[in-house]
Amino acid sequence: MFSYCTDPETLSGLSWLSCYLTTGKHMSLYYAVPTVLLLLALTAPLALGVGFLGAMAARARFAPLSWVGKSYIAIVRGVPDVAFFLFFVIALDQALEWLLHKARCPDWPEPVRQGNDFVVCSAAKIPPGTAPQWIHESYGFMLAVVTFAIVFGAFVANVLFGAMRAVPRAQLETAAAYGMNTRQTFWRILVPQMWVYALPGLGNLWMVLIKATPLLFLLGVEDIVYWARELGGAKTARFSDYPHPDWRMWYFLGLLVFYLIFTRISEIFLERLMQRLSHGQATTGGEALRKADA
Amino acid sequence: MSCWQTIQDYGLRSIGIGERLLPRDGFTLCEQITLIGSGMLWNIYFGTLALVAGFFLANLLAVAKAAPSRWARKPAEWFIFVFRGSPLFVQFFFAYFLFLSLKQSFPIFTPFASAWLGALVVLFFNTAAYSAEIFYGALRSIPKGDVEAADAYGFSGWPRFRRIIWPTMLRLGWPAYTNEAIFLFHATVLVFFSGFPSRQQRGDALYYANYFADKTFNPFVAYPILAGYFILLTLVVIAIFGLINRRLNRHLPQEARRKLRIRPNLIR
Repeated sequence: MFSYCTDPETLSGLSWLSCYLTTGKHMSLYYAVPTVLLLLALTAPLALGVGFLGAMAARARFAPLSWVGKSYIAIVRGVPDVAFFLFFVIALDQALEWLLHKARCPDWPEPVRQGNDFVVCSAAKIPPGTAPQWIHESYGFMLAVVTFAIVFGAFVANVLFGAMRAVPRAQLETAAAYGMNTRQTFWRILVPQMWVYALPGLGNLWMVLIKATPLLFLLGVEDIVYWARELGGAKTARFSDYPHPDWRMWYFLGLLVFYLIFTRISEIFLERLMQRLSHGQATTGGEALRKADA
Repeated sequence: MSCWQTIQDYGLRSIGIGERLLPRDGFTLCEQITLIGSGMLWNIYFGTLALVAGFFLANLLAVAKAAPSRWARKPAEWFIFVFRGSPLFVQFFFAYFLFLSLKQSFPIFTPFASAWLGALVVLFFNTAAYSAEIFYGALRSIPKGDVEAADAYGFSGWPRFRRIIWPTMLRLGWPAYTNEAIFLFHATVLVFFSGFPSRQQRGDALYYANYFADKTFNPFVAYPILAGYFILLTLVVIAIFGLINRRLNRHLPQEARRKLRIRPNLIR
C-alpha cells in the first residue's frame, strides 16, 4: 500500500501497523463491511415486502389464505432461526435445481435423490458448472438474502398485523361512512396510519437484523467474521511477511465495537424518526409533542 | 440394529456416555431422532443454568439501572448496552478467544475455554442484560398508586422493595420475560457454531442435525426433527412460566389477570 512497505522486516511501531493493516487480505476484510451493508440494504425492503404480503394474507377474509399467512408467521417464529438459516439455504438451492431439472430434462431416467446424493442433469445446475467464481459467490449471497427475507418477513408480518389492528376503528368506520370501499379504506386510511404503530416493532427488528448479519458466516459467505478469524490466527514468519501471535481476540473486539457503534447510530436515528412520525397522531407520543410545541 | 439398541447406544452420546463412533452411512430415522434428542441435553443444560443464574443478575442490574446514584447506574447501563447492542454470535467468538489467551497466563481459565463453562458464562451475561432491560421497563411502569399505598401503610426501604415493588415488577415483566426465556433456549443452538469447539463430536441438537444434513445432503429430515424438539421445549417453558405467572397474579380479580402472550424473538 505505502511505498515504505516493501520490506516489512525493517519496520516497527506505527509504520509496521499501517503496513500490516493495509495488506491485501485486510482489504478483503474492509470489502466485507460493504457486503454486510449491502445485505442489510437488500434484506430490509425485501423483508418489509414479504412481511406486508404476510400480514395482508393473515388478515384476509378468505379463510385458507388467512391460514397460510398465520401459519407462515407461527412456524418461522417458533423454531430457532439459526436452524432456519441452515435449512433454507440447502432447501432453496435444491428446490430451484429440482424445478429447473423438471423443466429442462423431462426425460432424465434416474431419480433425483439417490441415497445420499442429490443429482440433477448438468443443464439444471445453478449456477452452471462453467460459471466464473464471482457468479458462484453472488449466487450464495442471493440465497442468503432470500433466506433472511423469508425469516425476517415472518417477524415483520407479525408486527404489521398488530399495527393494522391498532389503527383506531373509528377511522375505518369514518372511511366507510364516506363511501370508500374496502380496498380504498385499506390503502388510503389504514396503511398510512399504521406506520406509527409499527415503528417500534420494526425498529426492534432492524436492530435484530443488524445483529443477525454475522450469521452470513454460517451460510458460507466470506464475511467479516470469516476474515476476522482468518487474519487473527497466529502467523509464523515462514508464511507471512507480518508474523504475529494469535490476535483473533482483538479482531473480534473490533467487530464487537463495530456492531455497538452501528446499533447506537440506528437507535438515535430511529428515535428521531419516531418523533417525526408521531407529529399529529392520536397517541401519547403525539400528545406530548403537541404539548411541547404549545 | 433395533431402535431400542440405538437409543441405548446414542441416547447419552452428547455427554460422552455410550457408543463413541457416530453412524457413518445408512442413517435411519431412529438414529437421527435419538442423536438430535441427545444433543438437546446440551441445549437444556445451557438454557436452564443461564436462565436461573441470569435471573438474579438481571434483578440486580435492573435495580442498579433505576438507581439515582450515577455510580450504580452507569455500569449497569453500559453492561446492558454492550450485551444487547452486539450480536451474540460475535460475543461467543470474542469470549472464546479471550479465554484462550487468558488461559496462557492464568491456568485457572482453562475450563472457560471449553463450551460447558465458557459458553455458559456468555449466555448468562447475555440473558442477564436482556432480562434486566425487561425488568427495568417493568420497574418504571409500576403504578404510582401501589407505591403510594405502600408508603401510606408505613413501608419503606427494603421491606417496601421486597413486598411491594419487586413482586409487582416481576408480575408486570413476566410476559416479556417468558419470551426472553424461549428466545434464550433458541439462542443456545449458536454455541457449537461459534468458536467453542465440540470435543469428540459431543455437540448440541443443531450440531447433530447439521451433521446429518451434511452427510445425507437432505435437510428435510434432520431439521424438522430439530424443529419438533424445539417446539416441545418451547411448550414446556411456556407451561412452567405460565404456572409462575398464575402465582404472581393470584391476588388479582379473575378478569384483570394478564394473559401470557407468547412472542418469541429471534437472534440476539
